[in-house]
Amino acid sequence: MTVLLDPTSEQSPTLRPRLPRPDNLDGLTIGILDIAKARGDVFLKRLGERLGERGIAFKHYAKPTNTRPAPLPLQQQIATEVNLVIEGLSD
Amino acid sequence: MSEAPGDGLIAVVKRDCPTCELTVPVLGDLAQRLGVQVYTQDDPGFPETVSDRIDDTALDVSHRLKIEVVPTLIRMAGGQEIDRTYGWDRSEWERVARVTGLGAGLPESRPGCGAKNIEPGDIERLKIRFNETGLKSRRIEIGEGEDDQEAMHERGWSDGLPLVPPTEERVLKMLDGTSRDPQEVVGLIPPTLAPATVEKIAVNAVMAGCKPEYMPVVLAAVEAVLDEAFAMHGVLATTMFVGPVVVVNGAVRRRIGMNSRGNALGQGNRANGAIGRALQLVIRNIGGGRPQEVDRATLGNPGKWTYCFAEDEEGSCWEPLSVERGMQPGQSAVTVFAGFGLQGVVDQKSREPESLCRSFAEALKVMFNVKSAPSADALIVMSPEHERTFRNAGWSKARVYEELYKLSKIPGEELVIGAKGIAEGSPNPRAGVMVDKFRPGGLMIVRAGGGAGMFSGIIGGWSSSGPRGSTPVTKEVRN
Repeated sequence: MTVLLDPTSEQSPTLRPRLPRPDNLDGLTIGILDIAKARGDVFLKRLGERLGERGIAFKHYAKPTNTRPAPLPLQQQIATEVNLVIEGLSD
Repeated sequence: MSEAPGDGLIAVVKRDCPTCELTVPVLGDLAQRLGVQVYTQDDPGFPETVSDRIDDTALDVSHRLKIEVVPTLIRMAGGQEIDRTYGWDRSEWERVARVTGLGAGLPESRPGCGAKNIEPGDIERLKIRFNETGLKSRRIEIGEGEDDQEAMHERGWSDGLPLVPPTEERVLKMLDGTSRDPQEVVGLIPPTLAPATVEKIAVNAVMAGCKPEYMPVVLAAVEAVLDEAFAMHGVLATTMFVGPVVVVNGAVRRRIGMNSRGNALGQGNRANGAIGRALQLVIRNIGGGRPQEVDRATLGNPGKWTYCFAEDEEGSCWEPLSVERGMQPGQSAVTVFAGFGLQGVVDQKSREPESLCRSFAEALKVMFNVKSAPSADALIVMSPEHERTFRNAGWSKARVYEELYKLSKIPGEELVIGAKGIAEGSPNPRAGVMVDKFRPGGLMIVRAGGGAGMFSGIIGGWSSSGPRGSTPVTKEVRN
């Protein structure tokens, strides 16, 4: 029998269930996160306008760069200020 | 397995030791006069002068007695060691044995030989057997009927090629290549940000095919990509081609036999191949960074198997890349660059540096797209025959950089959407402006390659080069 050493971090990923989708957006505030990919700002600005036309509250956020995860303070701010987040993932 | 020794005199010997051979008559004398338990490490028939010698070819007793030199003579009392000498020294042997008149006719003293139980291979096996390795990684048992290669592939440990099975013995030997504590955390490996201990990195270095002496370079490369400035998470996750390219400078290159000359960027050198591969396996196995998962590369590039080479410092008239980046001459260092592939620069006619610079600049300008400016960083691998042209003209590396930045500027009108009949381009009218292809500091030159061929190479970078994405990082190689 051969005994090998495990080359991995030996951490099983924690599976977290997704939050249930809300039935409607009444009374919710939506976060709009620009991850700094090219032209994401154009798409997200227009999205904000459409939400505003429907009377839905929203706030804009922006990552400083798409090449790194969002800074922790920004993650925490979003988590405390809004109920849902929409982001533009690619160019 | 040998019985643990009882009280009285104990000798540990091996036939393959001239000093042990010398003491054969003394051991026979002691056996007759006092009784002595003689443990033999290599030949159960040795020494012939002692009839009840004990076979310790498994080296269990030698290991537990912590024998370092043979012959060793020990006195035990009440189950405890109370006296010890090693080698042959008449007065010492007489003191431990508590007799006089030993070894008439022998020289007064002779140094002993290294004990078999501390030889490489044996010492690791004994530490494993007696659970003294200190290794913390989970043990995975591969069944008798199971193929270890298949077992490793099935567990997802491989980059696609066969791996060296990371047995405890191999990992222990790998850890001998560094003085760092196996449990030291070198950093958190993206994307999962799992802690990478020296031990876990050693396990992956074994699988990649490294020798223990490569470990300091592997550790430095891991440290370098974990520097915030390198943005390893983004380099892994991007849809673009890049992966870490490792350039090695300083004394360690020659010590571990790296290739900086013919085919330096190709196959055939164990250190070049295994170090780059170990870095990739660390990201895969410790960090959990796998293609089509967090690694979103559209095409990737063959350098994501391994991309590591040494600079030919001895042949160069310029300061090495590491010195340009703040290290001392001769100091061992790695520089990591988020790069991909190789674009050839072929110029067999230029004998003047101005002409050669223009060739390089034209090749640099097309990186990604002729419309891409400012573009990604680039690493130029300058061949000896091209470098000679600059050397003969007395050009410093700084002057070459200066010319290349200048010559690679592109007229703004050529970059606009639709220019040259190409829809790609910038929406901003930049007519009349010369636009930089490279950010300041975005070019690096390293010398490598064989002596024949007026062929150099450009290793392209990441579109997110610079402070907003990845900048090259240089780290010292520490033992």
